[in-house]
Amino acid sequence: MIAGLLHFFDVLVATVRDVLPIVVIIFGFQLFVLRRRIPNLPQLLVGFLFVIIGLALFLQGLEQALFPIGKLMAEQLTASAFLGVDTAAGHQAPDWRYYSWVYLFAAAIGFATTIAEPSLIAVAIMANQVSGGTVGIRGLRVAVAIGVSVGIALGTYRIVSGVPLHYYIIAGYLVVMLQTMVAPKSIVALAYDSGGVTTSTVTVPLVAALGLGLASNVPGRSPLLDGFGLIAFASLFPIMSVMAYAQLSEWYGKRIRRQSSGSREE
Amino acid sequence: MPIIVVVAFFQLAVLRQPIPNLADILVGTALVVLGLTLFVYGLKTGLFPIGETMAYGFARKGSLPWLLAFAFALGFGTTVAEPALIAVVDEAARVAAAGSMIENTQVAIADYANGLRLTVAISVGLAIMLGVVRIIKGWPVHYLIMGGYAGVVIMTGFAPPEIIGIAYDSGGVTTSTITVPLVTALGVGLSSSIHGRNPLTDGFGLVAFASLTPMIFVMGYGMLL
Repeated sequence: MIAGLLHFFDVLVATVRDVLPIVVIIFGFQLFVLRRRIPNLPQLLVGFLFVIIGLALFLQGLEQALFPIGKLMAEQLTASAFLGVDTAAGHQAPDWRYYSWVYLFAAAIGFATTIAEPSLIAVAIMANQVSGGTVGIRGLRVAVAIGVSVGIALGTYRIVSGVPLHYYIIAGYLVVMLQTMVAPKSIVALAYDSGGVTTSTVTVPLVAALGLGLASNVPGRSPLLDGFGLIAFASLFPIMSVMAYAQLSEWYGKRIRRQSSGSREE
Repeated sequence: MPIIVVVAFFQLAVLRQPIPNLADILVGTALVVLGLTLFVYGLKTGLFPIGETMAYGFARKGSLPWLLAFAFALGFGTTVAEPALIAVVDEAARVAAAGSMIENTQVAIADYANGLRLTVAISVGLAIMLGVVRIIKGWPVHYLIMGGYAGVVIMTGFAPPEIIGIAYDSGGVTTSTITVPLVTALGVGLSSSIHGRNPLTDGFGLVAFASLTPMIFVMGYGMLL
């Protein structure tokens, strides 16, 4: 208990050091550049106190729960007894088909965390306004969530199969570029942003631990070479799915308009 | 928390195995939830109001050097404190040490993790600065993104293979809880105060830059080491 408290104190001190740059930046700019007094100073200080305590608790819990869970799941889902194959026989990688539960788990985690992501809901509402209603709020959220879950599932497949990460990412970039040419212009910036928005604070450590655990348990994979990359997948695929969704809904909207207004030219 | 449901389902229904250290993990999960709640509450009462006021203030002030300096500082400051980034660079450093890429000592691991974090923070700062220039000039967002992609692809050719995965991941990691709201506030505030810019089409895109440049810079960091 005392050791735990001491450890927590260490984390707290480290957190204060981590948050300090923001405090310095904000006060420095506000006082010396904008030359304005800080509004609601007590409230601001209380807010910072909460930020520091909350961050310290979060990091402590992360080490205790999220990382172990991610690794544990990866370990158990790849255990040879669970897979029903004898992977201990050779050092070469087993067939990728044995790991189907891993892909399913990855897809489920990706979908579940994304659909509930608060910042995504905010982005979806804005996207609805940009497009004048053609991009639905629910539709966009589902599009992003599908993008993330496909991304993470494909990422786990990549770890199992051991293909270098950059082949996938570069191919993904090419698809994104092609889509950029044809997608409605108003959605492009938003689609790019949605890639970064989806990977939230809870998802990232869990998914990172899953990847590392997977890479250290599948025979013939190294955590350093193969363990990372899931987050990259999770932030690339929503870009595609959002643009695809915008194209689909625009096309669908046009078709309805054309049907209702007879032979009107676009 | 749908995450808990998914994890519990797979653990109980698919794996049919009890969770070892259940108490530890439950306490840890409670800490995560509590910590995140306090953290977000603190952000909402403290950081966001002042961040938004300042973003609007600088956007209106119209002094370009200070605006750029503020954009850099905002990107740098928010990234350095990003909880997900702290967690992932620590893990990356541990893996790198285990894979004997760096010395397996406490000091070397801490140095490597801090180096990664600073690299990412500097690159996010530069990205936000560039994004602000883009909003002022009104360049279309996809030219810069494509330039960034080209940069990533070129760097991938030169970077050591051990760093590539970490580098690609660091792009997605940087942009979460703290960075996104503040940076979006800056983008929207700026583009709504400049004549002829549409906040909804020009205001977005800063987050995309912020998740692209770290990839390039972290690969650069890997090449230097």
